[in-house]
Amino acid sequence: MAAISRTEVAHLARLARLAVSEEELDRFAGQLDVILQAVARVGEVAAADIPPTSHSVPLTNVLREDVVIPCLGQEDALSGAPDAQEGRFRVPRILEEES
Amino acid sequence: MSLTGKTAVELAGLIAAGEVSAVEVAQAHLDRIAAVDQRVHAFLHVDTDGALAAAAAVDARRAAGEELGPLAGVPVAVKDVLATKGVPTTCASKILEGWRPPYDATVVQRLRDAGLVILGKTNMDEFAMGSSTEYSAYGPTYNPWDLTRIPGGSGGGSAASLVAYEAPLAIGTDTGGSIRQPGAVTGTVGAKPTYGGTSRYGLVAFSSSLDTPGPCARTVLDAALLHQVIAGHDPRDSTSIPAPVPPVVQAARQGATGDLAGLRIGLVREFAGEGAEPGVLASVREAVEALVKLGAEVVEVSCPHFTYALPAYYLIAPSECSSNLARFDGVRYGLRVGDDGSRALEEVMSLTREAGFGPEVKRRIIIGTYALSSGYYDAYYGQAQKVRTLITRDFTAAFEQVDVLVAPTTPFVAFPIGSRTSDPYQMYLADLYTIPSNLYGGPAISVPCGLSEGLPVGLQVMAPTLADDRMYRVAAALESAVPALTPPDL
Repeated sequence: MAAISRTEVAHLARLARLAVSEEELDRFAGQLDVILQAVARVGEVAAADIPPTSHSVPLTNVLREDVVIPCLGQEDALSGAPDAQEGRFRVPRILEEES
Repeated sequence: MSLTGKTAVELAGLIAAGEVSAVEVAQAHLDRIAAVDQRVHAFLHVDTDGALAAAAAVDARRAAGEELGPLAGVPVAVKDVLATKGVPTTCASKILEGWRPPYDATVVQRLRDAGLVILGKTNMDEFAMGSSTEYSAYGPTYNPWDLTRIPGGSGGGSAASLVAYEAPLAIGTDTGGSIRQPGAVTGTVGAKPTYGGTSRYGLVAFSSSLDTPGPCARTVLDAALLHQVIAGHDPRDSTSIPAPVPPVVQAARQGATGDLAGLRIGLVREFAGEGAEPGVLASVREAVEALVKLGAEVVEVSCPHFTYALPAYYLIAPSECSSNLARFDGVRYGLRVGDDGSRALEEVMSLTREAGFGPEVKRRIIIGTYALSSGYYDAYYGQAQKVRTLITRDFTAAFEQVDVLVAPTTPFVAFPIGSRTSDPYQMYLADLYTIPSNLYGGPAISVPCGLSEGLPVGLQVMAPTLADDRMYRVAAALESAVPALTPPDL
């Protein structure tokens, strides 16, 4: 049985904001199925009582001294922006136009 | 011998003695790049002006009588995943084409502070996802040993630049083997430091709990010297370890004496047979025999969960990448596609990401999104994190018996370009032996140990967390005991 269907891949691509083409969907569905079946092998390991590791360095709440240091200026921060206006990042509209 | 044939140590010595200027050394390497890189394609960007200016600054400081570091004036190539102020940083992706970062990564800053001369930015698999450099959006890098074959990946450009004598030193990053596997298949040295031993600040994130910058060189001592320059605590990286840098240079010099008496080496049983080419295994066996002759005691050690490292990694890394790469939204930097006034933000975002990312990056984002989604989280991402714990326990148990572990670096020698791209999982198998150290966080190094079918084979030495010096000692000892590999003339 397939681990993942073409419809599921399309749904995931939408969640990940990838406007994949129909041709890519055809290709990815088969490839991702092979990969997922292979990585599902982690399920063979008896690990019910094992704590998860998210990180190999057990550090928590790493804080720096509360002192003022120079930071990136506005001009530098905007230097790589695809579009900027009045010292800000310009973005396409977020809300639908009111009818 | 020409300047480009010399090691970093030799070049630094000549520059310090005033026998040659840093500018002459930089120019020699720039000339070599101009002569051969059209065939090798190790570089995505050559910073001729920046390199010559940095070299001239070193010469001026030396003329003024300043005390300079041990690698001052030596050229270095930097993987294009590290931010370089004002110099293009693309991660070999179309989504960052032409981006010039407004700041330097900490690793880059430390190179500059130590007087190293940055030649340019090296090719890689897009966002460091791959094992062959074929997933670069700007075309593959060709292995100087055989230009029809891959140089490994993701840091294939850095490794190829060394073996093509375009640079004596290079910086790579290792998330699942991206420094060590290219080192192995190009016959160069590649070291992954302890996770947190080198700063991730300014390293474009792929998998934040695994990404580790490290040194690439033609000799173990050169790698150790470069390690010393870039390592150490960085307050700008919250996962940076606040501990002194292990004495890697001293260990490399000690190892070079060829004495390993009293050292216990564990041969990982699970990686001693299955899945590797016979020629690779034969070469590794000979290397282990050489280590025994140097006085080391070799025992077989079982690490039963290592066989699950590959599947665990290919859930954890894509999960983290799917989150990290959400930042490429066409708003603050990089590409924006479809913003013609008629489309809303979300649609522009989707069109931008579709146009900007290559197929492997998309596959991993989709897998990560799947593994993190409700209903699948426990079975995939959660389970992979538990396996990660068990792999760490395997290492801990093994290091109670032995000082270091050894295994092949990668199961196969450099494969022909195009032979594994149609089946992505076949590509993942290149990382079979390198991944455990990433999941555990400990240091590991690949050192050339011989040839199979005329192509280089690497031995991997894995050490406990923060014992980076131990792997350099063993690697340097092996280097002293096996014949040096000489690549064919380009």
